[in-house]
Amino acid sequence: MSVAEVRNLSKRYQMGPETVHALRDVSIVFGEGDYTAIMGHSGSGKSTLLNVLGCLDRPTGGEYFLGGQNVATLSDDQLSAVRGKHIGFVFQSFNLIAQLTVQENIEVPLFYQGVASRQRRQRSAELAEMVGLEHRLHHRPTELSGGQQQRVAIARSLANDPLVILADEPTGNLDTATQHEILAIFEKLNRAGKTIIMVTHEDDVAACAKRRIILADGLVKRTEHGRQVD
Amino acid sequence: MAAFKTLEIIRLGFRSLTQHALRSLLTMLGILCGVAAVIAMLAIGEGTSQETQEQFRRLGANNIILQSVKPGDKPAARVFGMPVLAYGLTYADLQRMKDILLHAEVVVPQRRIPREVRYSHRKMRATIVGTVPWDGALSSAALREGRRLIAADEYQNLNHCVLGYKVAEALFQHESPLGKALHVAGDYYRIVGVLAPRGMGGRNPMGGDAEDLDTQVYIPLATARTRFGQVLIATDPNDQASESVELHEIHVRVPTVDQVMGTSRAIEELFGRTHRYSDWSMFVPLQQIEEAKAAGERFSIMLAAIAAISLLVGGIGIMNIMLASVTERTREIGIRRALGAKKRDIVLQFLVETVVISFMGGLLGVGGGIFIPWAITKFMEQKTVVTPQSLVLSVAISLGIGLIFGMYPAWRAAQLDPIEALRHE
Repeated sequence: MSVAEVRNLSKRYQMGPETVHALRDVSIVFGEGDYTAIMGHSGSGKSTLLNVLGCLDRPTGGEYFLGGQNVATLSDDQLSAVRGKHIGFVFQSFNLIAQLTVQENIEVPLFYQGVASRQRRQRSAELAEMVGLEHRLHHRPTELSGGQQQRVAIARSLANDPLVILADEPTGNLDTATQHEILAIFEKLNRAGKTIIMVTHEDDVAACAKRRIILADGLVKRTEHGRQVD
Repeated sequence: MAAFKTLEIIRLGFRSLTQHALRSLLTMLGILCGVAAVIAMLAIGEGTSQETQEQFRRLGANNIILQSVKPGDKPAARVFGMPVLAYGLTYADLQRMKDILLHAEVVVPQRRIPREVRYSHRKMRATIVGTVPWDGALSSAALREGRRLIAADEYQNLNHCVLGYKVAEALFQHESPLGKALHVAGDYYRIVGVLAPRGMGGRNPMGGDAEDLDTQVYIPLATARTRFGQVLIATDPNDQASESVELHEIHVRVPTVDQVMGTSRAIEELFGRTHRYSDWSMFVPLQQIEEAKAAGERFSIMLAAIAAISLLVGGIGIMNIMLASVTERTREIGIRRALGAKKRDIVLQFLVETVVISFMGGLLGVGGGIFIPWAITKFMEQKTVVTPQSLVLSVAISLGIGLIFGMYPAWRAAQLDPIEALRHE
């Protein structure tokens, strides 16, 4: 059963007199429990695909079904609601809010879904424990290491129990040891049934995924199946 | 749900203020000064207006005051070969008014005679005012010592007098004048009382200058008539004609304030028929009170409008800071949008921050707005009145300023493209 599916997706930008085709006719099905790495050089369209998948951007053509709903044509407010409820973002630069504590950062998506303060507190504590940061609840992001910050971000992405986790170069700012730590968490989540879509340009990171989709010039160039790690 | 979200956002707003305490304080300063200035200006305006009204009220709101005025166009008559200009209010006028104005409580004439007054070897120029004890202007004046003139002084033609403050100071200095005899034009008057300082009388707006009420000496009107004659004839050395004035002033006192305007119109009509020359003037304190009130309000509004400019400047200051804050927090906005914040959530967040700043500024401004008038009253002896309405008004205005000037930065924040905002460094 598909959690997310794009059909004949295209995205054009007008850059001055030129029309740039960031995506042309991309069709991908993401099944439940899939762990997909999207790869490609810069300019291949992988960022655009991620933005569309994350409901941050609307395609100029094609359809996008998320949890059975066509979200390609939703309004700005509806897209906000879909992002908050069904998508968990993990960014390369962590993107935690500096003024908020670890716990409050984890609570942000819950806040916008209107979850009451007490439930938020409880849920965020559980999530922090899951990523091993229960003793850092009241710290500021700047007081944490990169790996710890990314773990907070992963906890935050899980807050509303989303349909998919979208990770954009999640290990790009981390050293090798920490990279393994983060990838292990993803693997654990995937084993527990989470659908993960990860954009990366590093082969060894992509190798952890069950499937790799290589984009070039806005088209799917190649799809590889099976984990490639020993 | 929306309510609890708003509450949380307000809490967040306060926190964001305390995280940039100095910046918030400086931003508040503009609103603080504006609100303090508006309240202070309104307080000064209100104080001035009340003071002016009080001055006129001392003349009696129930009174109408008629005065003799030297006309410019009346030729002098020849009396025993001497040119004499007779003008002004007459005993006939007095009688006619008594006949017509049946509802008027009293019709009281006043006589003024400029004379030198002496005690021992000291002397000064004073105005002898023949008046009745029930004269409104005199009976409402505060006493420094002794008593005012009473009915017995009038009915028995007694040589009693009450001194204006400056007369007492000039002639008696450190002694008490009570019981002493004042020498005026060959007669002696027993001093029964001294008035407290009154300053300049503003009662003669059409004819001539304001007079110094403190250089007056009050004697019973009946006494003045016997001592100085029915008609005052003064000879002006600069003028070829002598002047003859029967009565300098007539006071009409009506029982209630509503009758003042009708009575004044009746008098106007009567004098229009009986006086060929404009040798009289009418002064209605009530009218002056109303005018002073209106003028005071205009004055207050003008002052407040000037002060409101600083509120405007404060508002622009807030907007400026908030715009900078939006730029500084672009990334945060992007993150919040990605995590499910709708545009209106972002608008609310920034709007609440602006309103919190301006509201806090407004509250602090109220403190300043109460302090400044207090200091003005204490050190400059200018009456000020801080009205509760002005406090409520200025806090409401500061809230409004926050809303108005917060709108644009908040809108800008909400319009940011989430993708661009997330990429922002």
